[in-house]
Amino acid sequence: MSGDGALLFTADADLHRRRRTERRWKAVLLVGASFSIVGLAVLIVRMLADGVPHMNLDFWSESYSPSGIRGRTAGIFDALVSSILVLGMTMVIAVPVGTAAGIYLYEYAHKSRLTDWIRATVSNLAGVPSVVYGLLGLAIFVRLFADTFGMPRQGTYLAAALTLAVLILPILIVATEEALKTVPATVRHASLGLGATKWQTIRHHVLPYALPGILTGQILALSRAAGETAPLLIIGLPTYQVFQTYGPLATGTPLQVRAYYLASDARQEAIDLAAGAIVVLLLATLALNLLAIFLRDRLQNRIRW
Amino acid sequence: MSTTTGSSDGATAPGARRPPTAAIHSTEPLPLQPEEVAIHIQDLQFYYDQDAQALWDIDLECPRHRITALIGPSGCGKSTLLRCLNRMNELIDGTRYEGHIFLEGTDLYGTEVDPVALRRHVGMVFQKPNPFPKSVYENVAYGLRLHQKLTKKELDERVQWALEKAHLWDEVKDRLDDAATGLSGGQQQRLCIARALAVEPKVLLMDEPCSALDPVATQKIEDLMLELKKDVTIVIVTHSMSQAARVSDRTAFLYKGKLIEAGPTRQIFEAPREDLTEQYITGRFG
Repeated sequence: MSGDGALLFTADADLHRRRRTERRWKAVLLVGASFSIVGLAVLIVRMLADGVPHMNLDFWSESYSPSGIRGRTAGIFDALVSSILVLGMTMVIAVPVGTAAGIYLYEYAHKSRLTDWIRATVSNLAGVPSVVYGLLGLAIFVRLFADTFGMPRQGTYLAAALTLAVLILPILIVATEEALKTVPATVRHASLGLGATKWQTIRHHVLPYALPGILTGQILALSRAAGETAPLLIIGLPTYQVFQTYGPLATGTPLQVRAYYLASDARQEAIDLAAGAIVVLLLATLALNLLAIFLRDRLQNRIRW
Repeated sequence: MSTTTGSSDGATAPGARRPPTAAIHSTEPLPLQPEEVAIHIQDLQFYYDQDAQALWDIDLECPRHRITALIGPSGCGKSTLLRCLNRMNELIDGTRYEGHIFLEGTDLYGTEVDPVALRRHVGMVFQKPNPFPKSVYENVAYGLRLHQKLTKKELDERVQWALEKAHLWDEVKDRLDDAATGLSGGQQQRLCIARALAVEPKVLLMDEPCSALDPVATQKIEDLMLELKKDVTIVIVTHSMSQAARVSDRTAFLYKGKLIEAGPTRQIFEAPREDLTEQYITGRFG
């Protein structure tokens, strides 16, 4: 301590102790962060190392067949087409329904115990294990549809798309509602105050403002659907078709299901093909997420807020 | 709390200040003739919820082409009353009203009145400037596009007309295509006024339009209001008593959802009849 009143900005014992505590906690947090980052990095590097060497021309252009596996000429062509078909149908079904439901729930539904209950249920459904959706799909989209509409009694692309659509509906509804929530009430009031109807207000002001958020939600829902395997296994998509046809009522093996089957095959040839398929899945998911970020930024800049 | 008689003989508590009455702009005569009334609120009750009544027995007349100020402490219901005039309260679930509001003789709560059609004629300016995240031009044009089919040229003229009315044209004429949000707060608020004026409303409701603005910007809005009242009937909610004194012709004082007193601004500020009014305008609560 200085006696002459001059200030000495030096650390005393108490501050040294506080500093030590800080260093210890910083180390703990760093270990936590390292585990997740290193773990993820190892996983990605291993996957790329296992998969990329096998991604030759045959890998992209050939379909799966037992003889192809033996001769190392099998590829993912049929699975890729199946995936695109299923995901395309899923989005065509789920996006309009989910977006409309979100807009209705947030903008039009009156606040009541019923709508509160519906909202809570929708949020909860977003967390239900996907196996449950598989059982629902099997019971309704396969068996019930077969009995009532005479559809094929097997896991068709349509049944797979409907199941995945139901699975991502809660995500789409919640994302839409969250995006609508970000629109300031003052903008709505300004529009309504000028004599715009509610729909005009939504169409002209609310949706353009909320669009980046809604789109981001849709793309993230798409990437979720792209990776879901369990429900598709349950509704009974086949391991492979000898004669592959494509169409809503045809059936086949999307990429994630193919990867699952191949990975449980003991032969090295199959495991290598699975590794390649997994790299494709990973890159597709990554690309979708990047697209979501890109679109969000692009559209946000268009709004002159 | 000491009470004083309703007269303004200066018998106020120490430290209590009235707004300088010299600032009172209006020379409005005391009695209001029936033919001067634009808005007539009759026995209005308003409920936000079954058991949350916000307004009790409101009877108020607002003269045509004059400025009526609604004053009172926070939560007194003045903004609620204002939003009854363009039926904006109905956007909140569970609200309910009883009574009548006549605008030029038409009951706003009559069964044949559509609130969307009403709001085209009763414009509103909000507490915080709320331009659309679009260009200056598009902000003013929006209301016009909603209600009329205009050619590009007609639209340009109307936009310019509204911006001139709002004393904003000279400041923005070279940047009509710039983002409205790039304007200063005061300019944004005048843009919101221009946006409301563009569709030529009969009534302009202003909900504390200057509370987010600095004194210079406030002054500009107040000057503007005094000019605008030639064409529109203005009802303004303000928490600033000096603003009420400066701009309004008639003042209504609300307290806890009830209308305590209404009259010519000079009378309300110089010779309030009610003790509560006296206490409020001398700043002893609120």
